[in-house]
Amino acid sequence: MAEKILMKGNEAIAISAIRNGVDGYFGYPITPQSEVMETLMKEKPWETTGMVVLQAESETSSINMLYGGASCGKKVMTSSSSPGVSLMCEGISYIAGAELPCVVVDVMRGGPGLGTIQPSQSDYNQIVKGGGHGDYHNIVIAPASAQDMYDFVDWGFELAFKYRNPVVVLADGIIGQMMEKVEMHPMKPRRTAEEILRDAPWAVTGKPASRERHIITSLSLDADIQEQFNIKLKEKYAMIEANEVRFSEYMTGDAEYIFVAFGCSSRICEAVVDELRAEGIKAGLLRPITLYPFPSGEIARLAAQAKSMMSIELNLGQMVHDVRLAVNGACPVGFYGRQGGNIYTPEEIVAEFKKFNGLA
Amino acid sequence: MSISIEEIKKPENIVYRRPALLTDNVMHYCPGCSHGTVHKLVAEVIEEMGIQDRTIGISPVGCSVFAYNYIDIDWEEAAHGRAPALATATKRLCPDKYVFTYQGDGDLASIGTAEIIHACSRGENIVVIFINNGIYGMTGGQMAPTTLIGMKTSTTPYGRDPKLNGFPLVIADMISHLDGTAYITRQSVHTAVAARKAKSAIRKAFEYSAKGIGLSFVEIVSTCNSGWKMTPVEANKWMVENMFAKYPIGDIKDVLK
Repeated sequence: MAEKILMKGNEAIAISAIRNGVDGYFGYPITPQSEVMETLMKEKPWETTGMVVLQAESETSSINMLYGGASCGKKVMTSSSSPGVSLMCEGISYIAGAELPCVVVDVMRGGPGLGTIQPSQSDYNQIVKGGGHGDYHNIVIAPASAQDMYDFVDWGFELAFKYRNPVVVLADGIIGQMMEKVEMHPMKPRRTAEEILRDAPWAVTGKPASRERHIITSLSLDADIQEQFNIKLKEKYAMIEANEVRFSEYMTGDAEYIFVAFGCSSRICEAVVDELRAEGIKAGLLRPITLYPFPSGEIARLAAQAKSMMSIELNLGQMVHDVRLAVNGACPVGFYGRQGGNIYTPEEIVAEFKKFNGLA
Repeated sequence: MSISIEEIKKPENIVYRRPALLTDNVMHYCPGCSHGTVHKLVAEVIEEMGIQDRTIGISPVGCSVFAYNYIDIDWEEAAHGRAPALATATKRLCPDKYVFTYQGDGDLASIGTAEIIHACSRGENIVVIFINNGIYGMTGGQMAPTTLIGMKTSTTPYGRDPKLNGFPLVIADMISHLDGTAYITRQSVHTAVAARKAKSAIRKAFEYSAKGIGLSFVEIVSTCNSGWKMTPVEANKWMVENMFAKYPIGDIKDVLK
């Protein structure tokens, strides 16, 4: 049986990076995710796997270190929290524009501005809709447990390299700080130089006389060339939307009332569904695991059987707009949220659910 | 003594030729601009050291954004000012490579000050080629941090006034105080002699970067005759008379001396 270790979600990110053959981590301290870099520095992976770990002078610099490392075909990642990720958005846009793979972990906290250091999901719009300038998408995956934090590092790199696209692991302060048992999978070695040439034939590796030079850039001054590139990106995003949607469902089979929630909120909503079921109300939960691509098809399918849907988020109502688009008027769509770093209890959500559905 | 054309054309008698690593692309630089000469020197050094397949260049945002079109090596094109961050990761993840950034004064001395200072401070084993012409060329001749007092630009139309615009930033002197820097020099390319010295400095910087002793920084005090609104000849003269007073030519730091 695989080894299980009790650890924080943030620690799981760090341990997973080492065990999954990540080449480089570049970061800057910010609450509530500083354990990621602290764990890496304590583990000293440069002495074992050869992984580079570097504390940068800013989030701006960390994301541009990712740009440089990813240009070389290396598996590079960073982690931060909301204000830090805002600083990274310029770099993420360049990485999307240069079609480079990387993994960014965003352990969200309350905003806007410096905000709070408590958990929040208020950067859904920022990350799922892009964050930086230009027409692009991040692939966004939302962990709901420390095990997810561990597993999504490797999955994130798989997606990042498959599509040459930045992947954001969109977590929150609860998932980052909560301690849970995490199952360790077998170690994956870092890729060799030959494997990088095979898996990333576009990478900057030093130009031998035998090939043309490789140029990593997001620049084209010609409008027609840029438009062709934008259309190429659109085709890539269509492939991602067709192939990579992931979600999980809880008690939706006969459900008349559907909750939609991601990350920590989906954990809380499982308890909500249990409470309502105990009262004889047929409730169910859809948890989007990928936020981009969004499980619109499954939401539309469930909307056809539902009396109503409710999006439960730790923000003022962001994902609910995507839920409404997917539902497309097939049933009423409600929303309940808490803000500023506060967290709802299941009882609170049950009460709001009854109010919305006239069941009180 | 006379010498035949056939004799002159023998390989051992060729004293000047186009560097093999300069591509056939037509350069977009203005006539009289220093970039073309510096590109040539970098290409020659990489060729002479035989390190084409081990060199990665990082180009900036500014006039030299398209450096990757002209020197036949692998390139990364950075966001404005961020080249030293890209170079840091590239060198640390690929320590067997020669990694250099090529940056102008707007890129390096203004928007990218944090990145260059911290790359120097960490002692990254990279080469930085810094083109200082005291102006933003690509965007049409605005004030740079390096613009001289009194110098007219499109955003200092009455001349740079320290009360309004502050003072010129002398980056090379600043970073010479940082323990992570190994070699810092200031050169120019306005005469054949100056260009030869600049080439030696660039070669030394590349050689130092392989020794693991810290960052090597070659500032090239340059002209921007278009931005300065002068002929190339006038620009060279103006540079010698004005720029060299604030940015004197010569080595500033060499830890191996």
